[in-house]
Amino acid sequence: MNDPVLQVRDLRVYYHTPAGVVKAVDGISFDLPRGENLGLVGESGSGKSTTVQALMRLVMNPGRIEGGQALLDGIDLLKLSDEEMRHMAGARISLIPQGAMNSLNPVMRIKTQMIDTIKAHDTGPSRAAMMERIVDLLQLVGLSPDVANMYPHQLSGGMKQRVCIAMAITLQPQVIIADEPTSALDVVVQKQVMETLGQIQESINASVILVGHDMGLMAQFVDRVGIMYAGRLVELGPVEDIFEKPQHPYTRLLIGTLPSLETKGVFKGIPGMTPSLLAPPPGCTFHPRCPHATPACTRWDYDYREVRPGHWVACLAVNGDRP
Amino acid sequence: MTALLEARNVSKTFTSGSIIGTSKHVTVALDDASLAINTEPATVISIAGESGSGKTTLSRLMLGLIKPTQGAIYHRGKSLAQMNRAERMAYRREVQAIFQDPFEAYNPFYIVDHALTMPIECFEPKMPKATARALIEEVLVTVGLRPEETLGRYPHQLSGGQRQRVMVARALLLKPSIIVADEPVSMVDASLRATILESLLKAHEEWGVSLIYITHDLTTAYQVSQTILMLYQGSMVEVGNVDKVIKNPRHPYTQLLISSIPLPDPKKRWGKGGGREVIAKPPGGKNLGCKFAPRCPHVMTRCWESQPPMYGLDDDCAVACFLFDKSPVLDKTEIINLYARR
Repeated sequence: MNDPVLQVRDLRVYYHTPAGVVKAVDGISFDLPRGENLGLVGESGSGKSTTVQALMRLVMNPGRIEGGQALLDGIDLLKLSDEEMRHMAGARISLIPQGAMNSLNPVMRIKTQMIDTIKAHDTGPSRAAMMERIVDLLQLVGLSPDVANMYPHQLSGGMKQRVCIAMAITLQPQVIIADEPTSALDVVVQKQVMETLGQIQESINASVILVGHDMGLMAQFVDRVGIMYAGRLVELGPVEDIFEKPQHPYTRLLIGTLPSLETKGVFKGIPGMTPSLLAPPPGCTFHPRCPHATPACTRWDYDYREVRPGHWVACLAVNGDRP
Repeated sequence: MTALLEARNVSKTFTSGSIIGTSKHVTVALDDASLAINTEPATVISIAGESGSGKTTLSRLMLGLIKPTQGAIYHRGKSLAQMNRAERMAYRREVQAIFQDPFEAYNPFYIVDHALTMPIECFEPKMPKATARALIEEVLVTVGLRPEETLGRYPHQLSGGQRQRVMVARALLLKPSIIVADEPVSMVDASLRATILESLLKAHEEWGVSLIYITHDLTTAYQVSQTILMLYQGSMVEVGNVDKVIKNPRHPYTQLLISSIPLPDPKKRWGKGGGREVIAKPPGGKNLGCKFAPRCPHVMTRCWESQPPMYGLDDDCAVACFLFDKSPVLDKTEIINLYARR
């Protein structure tokens, strides 16, 4: 746990809509150790994508970063000017966006798009040196060098996704954020893409933040996982602990929704609906759906307790009376 | 026995390209697929495959939304192509559909009641308003929705899960025999996925509705169905008892798919694989045989030469793979009969 490359503290992102203030991310803190893979899981509207957009400083109007810190090797990303952030993005922290394969420009060859990324940060290298680097990168993600001369429509979904991974690692960032990198891909291709990402993460000793809703993918890929609900982290811990000994009632129910390939009929839905973030319920936002809710939950203010080394939970029923 | 709904050796090809016909491109979406479903007893059949496997094409054929290029769809023994108006109405009533996207299935200008009253007005024009209302409330309760919180609202006021459950309710309204559900849960969250599948299964168990569940997700297919049909690039690769197909897959493609599922168990990780597949090239430059041959780890010379027939295995499964050529080849009727086995 020593030497975290990224420290996020009390991150808050609110959307100022005509209907009111939507607290999409409301006080998120975590550490990302060097070389570790962290998962952020949550349902739609839980704030997981907003969290990573804030880290990349991509939150759009009417969204605003209201507070908190995101220290990348001691530099607060949230305080940088747009120009300074432009130099960080890609070089030190990079994003593989959701539906990344659709972010490629359809009328530009792959190599032209990759050269753009390099040139934006480094005007020095010659064209030949850049081509050499592009070929290396494509081979690193398991693509043939011919791909450099192709247009996006000539590639399959999995290949486009690999090109996006290659672009995200071009400048060897310390932190790679992957926002649902495989959500549109078939399982066989998904496995190949995730394996590619894992190999690259190891080879450049980067840290990956994997964002998604697929608990199966988390179990396969990450070292630690954070469970998000209504803009908050409710539980954060080593992936084995979360799956074996989930503490927060939401995590337990979420794991119960996973269909098994071993036994039939053991998966169940979670009753109720995710709360409206315009008017979230008082206290713990999960209490209206929680089977263990007590009247005290409506007055409770979020606090975290370390139930085991590195395993944090925000729940009154689990944490009991805090000394 | 006449099956309630049957697809007999259907193929569908899509042609694209110039109308003048100089450079036509032909895509074989579905190649000689057969499927039969009954209601006595009610069954759940899954059609599973990756994108481009032809599963949606097969479902749209069975719903009569597109016409087969070859073969035919039969409803109670009558071909869809030869139905008169009354027979077509009966078919439309008995076979209901649920689609993937609960956001696109509604007209945003109407309250959701519209989607529920339309089928009644169309098929039961003489039903009194009060009876219709009671029926609508009954089906909403069946799918786990509170009528007073659902009716009178616009689609955008409901969550994705609620919208999809209203679609399940709509499909149940006319007490159909079969519901064809094309990826009904692929666009909703995990916590709702189970709830929607539960409401479909409840309809199956309590109302005796048969289901054709089309999915790319083998875990939910395993959970809900008794029989599964695996498609790969339009061809049937494996059919049979879902427990056997999932737990003991025999076609190399099914094996590849199942080994690629990210299991929600950190102790059962994929392991460090190569990350890239080897794609073999056919010896003569052209593959006339098995569509999976280029990716198959067990590929043999004969796989490139002709398409493997369906080999029957232990009475309730069939596999289209030459690895099983010691087993008997099934003819068309025997393949259809396979779906009736439990």
